[in-house]
Amino acid sequence: MKLQVNGEEHDVSVPADMPLLWVLRDVLGLTGTKFGCGMAQCGACTVHLDGRALRSCVLPVSRAVGHRITTIEGLDPEGGHPVQKAWAELDVVQCGYCQSGQIMAAAALLQEVPQPTDADIDAALSGNICRCGTYQRIRAAVHQAARLAGTGGRS
Amino acid sequence: MSTLSRRAFLTRSAMAGGGLVIGLTLPGPVRRLFAQEAPAAAKPVVPNAFIRIAPDDTVTILLKHSEMGQGIYTSLPMVIAEELECDWKNVRSEHAPADLAYAHTVFGIQMTGGSTSTWESFDQLRTAGAAAREMLISAAATRWGVPAGECRAENGVVIHGDHRARFGELAEAAAELPVPEAPKLKDPKDWKIIGQRVRRLDSPAKITGKAEFGMDVRRPGMLVALVARSPVFGGKAKSFRAGKAKAVPGVVDVVQIPSGVAVLGEHFWAARLGRDALEIDWEPGSFASHSTTAQREDFHNRVRTDGLVAAAQGDVKAAFGKAVQEVEAEYEVPYLSHAMMEPLNCTAEIRPGVCEIWTGTQFQTGDQAAAAQIAGLKPEQVHVHTTFLGGGFGRRANPRSDFVSEAVHLAKATGRPVKVVWTREDDLRGGYYRPMWVSRLRAGLDAGGKPIAWSHTVVGQSIIAGTPFAAMIKNGVDETSVEGAADSPYLEAIADHRVDLHSPDLPIPVLWWRSVGHSHTAFVVESFVDELAHAAKKDPVAFRRELLPEGSRHRRVLDSAAEAFGWGKPLPAGHGAGIAVHESFGSVVAQAAEVSVDQGRIRVHRVVCAIDCGPVVNPDGVEAQMQSGIVYGLSAALYGEITFRDGQVEQSNFHDYPVLRMVEMPKVEVHIARSTEKMGGAGEPGTPPIAPAVANALFAATGKRLRQLPLRLA
Repeated sequence: MKLQVNGEEHDVSVPADMPLLWVLRDVLGLTGTKFGCGMAQCGACTVHLDGRALRSCVLPVSRAVGHRITTIEGLDPEGGHPVQKAWAELDVVQCGYCQSGQIMAAAALLQEVPQPTDADIDAALSGNICRCGTYQRIRAAVHQAARLAGTGGRS
Repeated sequence: MSTLSRRAFLTRSAMAGGGLVIGLTLPGPVRRLFAQEAPAAAKPVVPNAFIRIAPDDTVTILLKHSEMGQGIYTSLPMVIAEELECDWKNVRSEHAPADLAYAHTVFGIQMTGGSTSTWESFDQLRTAGAAAREMLISAAATRWGVPAGECRAENGVVIHGDHRARFGELAEAAAELPVPEAPKLKDPKDWKIIGQRVRRLDSPAKITGKAEFGMDVRRPGMLVALVARSPVFGGKAKSFRAGKAKAVPGVVDVVQIPSGVAVLGEHFWAARLGRDALEIDWEPGSFASHSTTAQREDFHNRVRTDGLVAAAQGDVKAAFGKAVQEVEAEYEVPYLSHAMMEPLNCTAEIRPGVCEIWTGTQFQTGDQAAAAQIAGLKPEQVHVHTTFLGGGFGRRANPRSDFVSEAVHLAKATGRPVKVVWTREDDLRGGYYRPMWVSRLRAGLDAGGKPIAWSHTVVGQSIIAGTPFAAMIKNGVDETSVEGAADSPYLEAIADHRVDLHSPDLPIPVLWWRSVGHSHTAFVVESFVDELAHAAKKDPVAFRRELLPEGSRHRRVLDSAAEAFGWGKPLPAGHGAGIAVHESFGSVVAQAAEVSVDQGRIRVHRVVCAIDCGPVVNPDGVEAQMQSGIVYGLSAALYGEITFRDGQVEQSNFHDYPVLRMVEMPKVEVHIARSTEKMGGAGEPGTPPIAPAVANALFAATGKRLRQLPLRLA
């Protein structure tokens, strides 16, 4: 099975119904995408498939074949994506375990809605649980990222 | 804090790669809870050190505590850097290995908990930083042939006249010098880093997916294990058939261990499918008929009888006789799961004479001892690699080392590195919960509405019974069961009072959950005080003020929250305001909440939080911990509940154990007092007041007094 992850092609030999999450983590060693619930309840496993956010813990790997998969490692390894920059500027993270998923969900939102309202943020990010309770800073950071992107924070 | 007066001495050791290494150990009578099992302090072979300075000027701070979100990855280095006078840009953090050189200065073991990390190590780390600075200055003075007293350190450079030398150039020579016993500490008025809002050092790794959590550990030849545990606590696997599990591609082995039957696979998914296919006959044991419904009935019966005395003063019966009005209520809170984002896991590898474990733990010393016992090694032969913790909240500080023990058993049985992973279902159903608590309160008011008699009976399991901490139980009373109730500041104003406790023994495993006993006592006491205010026909803030001494820390914090909230100002129709103030872990926190009910759903619009935690190292960190504690407490107040039926946990994942989500996030405002009080904690004190603040606000909005968590209107 051929997978295109972060711009690179990988040939993996795994069962077709293995969730993409475990292929990324246990086969490809891309451990930035997290396991939180295994049933699309918490969003820790969020990745992009052709630029859209989805939960890799319930996506059979066979369904990802032929699509562009982007993980947190592929967003910007140096942390230069406007969402990552905003996250750092506002010190959003605490334990950090959910943040890969939060960042991927936020990046996908900004792709679709460059200037999101609070309601847009609620709709896009309420599927991502944070037990450290960083929601208020996430909300502020999404707005900040929108400003950074708007002022050429990045292409 | 007792450590202030304790004479500290410094030791030094050289590390491979050169540079300066400063360590510090505390002699004398520390409370050693694991004394018989723990390794002797400060072995020279381990890097007994807090500071490592490399030739390229990089300053690595070895953290004695575990970073689980609370921010010590940044705040502890700030304390050292303040005295060291290094360049903050060059500071890195690293979790220390397991060694009693990194023992908690009060508890005597290496651990993170009780909101103690910053205050317990504050003087220790300042001293370590100052000692290193003096050694670097001495090395420079010797090099230049000038008196050390004429040199100064600034931003990572030692300076004398026209001489300049970088710390990195001096480190190797400095490491050869004796460690000053009593280095001079800076006057707090000269602090440049402590007290500033400093950005987190762990952000870059955590926003790029590079941060390594226990779940992310990979070792050559490693197997991933999932354990099938008894669905009923106390149950055992009578027999099992592994055939179907072993037939799953990628499954390597099936092994029975004390906690259940493990399926080991090449990766998580194989182990997961293998475990699903495993056939086990369970012997459920005597707990199989247990139900929460029956337990509630039992607890409510017990709470109407006298328990063991936790606090008593005066003649309570006589005082009730004098009261003109009596108020009585029963309160109840359920079992709660910690539900950290990162499910439990641990990786273990055993080679001749050594066992290595990788995990996010809050309890290095205990885990090291447990691993040593299973592996048949000495504790110092067990190397603990503390990774980032994907949340802890107390669950990763288990005196029984459950998740670590499983990994070591399996590494021993298979001869290969093994990572045990708990699924979310395992994590929610596998135990170690905040205990269920029932309280009965009675108070008598005089003609002026002032409480003159108070009686409070508490029922719930002891967390420390049966653990090495059981020695802390006094006269049958586990003080963590009644903390915040037996020492409530209101009791000082009520001459005749009694607080007592029943600690029934049940097979449900219980553990500290963010704020421990305060997680129920704050809800109970602050709700009941609110009931008394209404019975006395007084404003809830004014009523509390009358009971709290003038000029007291509690009153100041209460006033601060009330003022910032705009207490007493009109709110939109249907909205209600509630307030609560509670001291825990050395800090006082007050929270005022604004709520409404929207189509039967409780909505929390706004929370104003005031805290006095004494001197603050990183105000941004304290603010983050208040926000965090509020969300954690709100999840419990609105949703959290673990229940039992036929001896089994009824909840399994976030769909039936819901937690607060973005759409429900109230606007939170935090006010930190400028304070010279003794330094307290920040990780937990934000949690206790939110449930009563919201419950009191709901009463204001609806007239309904909710005495049970989670809060339900219907």
